Amino acid sequence: MQVMTELFARIFGDGLSPVGLLVAGGLTMALVMSLVMALCAIVFTWAERKVAGFIQSRYGPMRVGRWHGVLQPVADMVKILGKEDIIPRDADKRLFQLAPFVIFVGSLMAWAAIPFAPGFIAADLDLGLFYIFAVSSAASIGILMAGWASNNKWSLYGAVRGVAQGVSYEIPLALACIPVVMITGSLNMNDIVIAQQGGIWRWHFLHDPFLFVSFLLYFVASIAEVNRGPFDLPETESELVAGYHTEYTGMRFAFFFLAEYANLFLVSCIATAVFLGGWQPVFGPVFLPGLVFVTKAVLLVLLQMWLRWTLPRLRVDQLMHVCWKVMVPLALVCVLGAGIWMLATGQAG
Amino acid sequence: MGGDLVFYGFALLTVLSGFFVVASRNIVHAAFSLLFTLFGVAGLYAQLGADFLAVTQTIVYIGGILVLVVFAVMMTRIPRADAPRRGLDRAVPAAILALLAFALIYMVIVGTRWPQRATGAPEATVAEIGTSLMTRFVFPFEYASLVLLAALVGAAILIRERAPQDDPADADDPAGNGEVRS
Repeated sequence: MQVMTELFARIFGDGLSPVGLLVAGGLTMALVMSLVMALCAIVFTWAERKVAGFIQSRYGPMRVGRWHGVLQPVADMVKILGKEDIIPRDADKRLFQLAPFVIFVGSLMAWAAIPFAPGFIAADLDLGLFYIFAVSSAASIGILMAGWASNNKWSLYGAVRGVAQGVSYEIPLALACIPVVMITGSLNMNDIVIAQQGGIWRWHFLHDPFLFVSFLLYFVASIAEVNRGPFDLPETESELVAGYHTEYTGMRFAFFFLAEYANLFLVSCIATAVFLGGWQPVFGPVFLPGLVFVTKAVLLVLLQMWLRWTLPRLRVDQLMHVCWKVMVPLALVCVLGAGIWMLATGQAG
Repeated sequence: MGGDLVFYGFALLTVLSGFFVVASRNIVHAAFSLLFTLFGVAGLYAQLGADFLAVTQTIVYIGGILVLVVFAVMMTRIPRADAPRRGLDRAVPAAILALLAFALIYMVIVGTRWPQRATGAPEATVAEIGTSLMTRFVFPFEYASLVLLAALVGAAILIRERAPQDDPADADDPAGNGEVRS
């Protein structure tokens, strides 16, 4: 945001009032973030199909765009734009139309607090991390809305599963980040990244054993939070057709898709900023911070894809068991352990 | 000037969607439009400089309570054609109750001596809130967590199908995994 407001101040000089400057900067940043989300979906759908192909000993898309089907997502996008927008006759029309946008906006709002590089953050909030968890929890409502409005038992089951999973795994997800907040003494995403300055040994996931476990917990919970395999119970094509977006077509379906891949990248970005040093390089001085940040996040995304295409799906009861009886207690132990570690090593101030 | 515009935007959102919650004939629509009401209130908090309160409002009310409300409403499986009954016998008591509630709230608002402070630039509140929760308000804070824990344990006991020791069938099922051998 600072980058943008400075840019506008330079372009317009004194022609814009501070409020106008703020609005212009905010709108531009929102536009940039929407483009980042769209780019995520384009790049990651191709990557996902290639990874899936590689793991299943086949090629994946090969034809469109000469080299390994790189233009496949573009072709898919054109196809999806041209599709008819079908709304089932007995669906609740208004809610059916609204739901994809509620999910999309929930995801877009969370992007505001991701620090891609020093100064390149849409909203440098003191509550950054807390804010991200809060607004991404709003997506549950969009899922319920889609599932209920479709007026279809598969959609409704998918939505109920999706929301139950979302509100459950939110808890270990947030608890796993608490040790980092304790060490940093701040919820501000910039502060959290700056606290990890000075090479890989200063990154939070190597801070102490409890934080390493926290990082693993965060990673597992984040896969469940974005409803991807092996936690893709809301979609289970063998049971529920496609879950809560079964009835959606064309652009509205594209919004679900966009939000899914954007969320995938979002949770990886949070992991990068909170545990993996953000824009700080493995060693040496800060160099091309944005590229470093995105590289780390993309590597995490690829890891998630690898897991999705390798592991079999969990059962519903196993899913809840893992969350409530394994991950939540373990996360609480980590919070306690990290506190004791801070006291023992004299870091508590 | 710009701040006023933001305030009126959020206020309008809150009031209009709130009205829709009350006026909608479809109970699921009413529940979903609470989303916009709660979001508008969060926006008002943020504009008052209470950033922590705004985010807490979002995570507790939108991410938690609203999800529960919608779940509960959906479980009632309302048939769409069967809209709730309307008539004077319902409208009059409802109006009286609403007026009484309004009068009570109004009296509380007018009667309270609100602490006043010179308005300045909004500052970070989270560190201050955290410190006072752990020092001045540590007893109420711990007490609230105890109450919540009791509620959690109570809910877990309630949803349990039956206590294992009361069940003679368990004799055939020592592992307790539901497979009864007989």
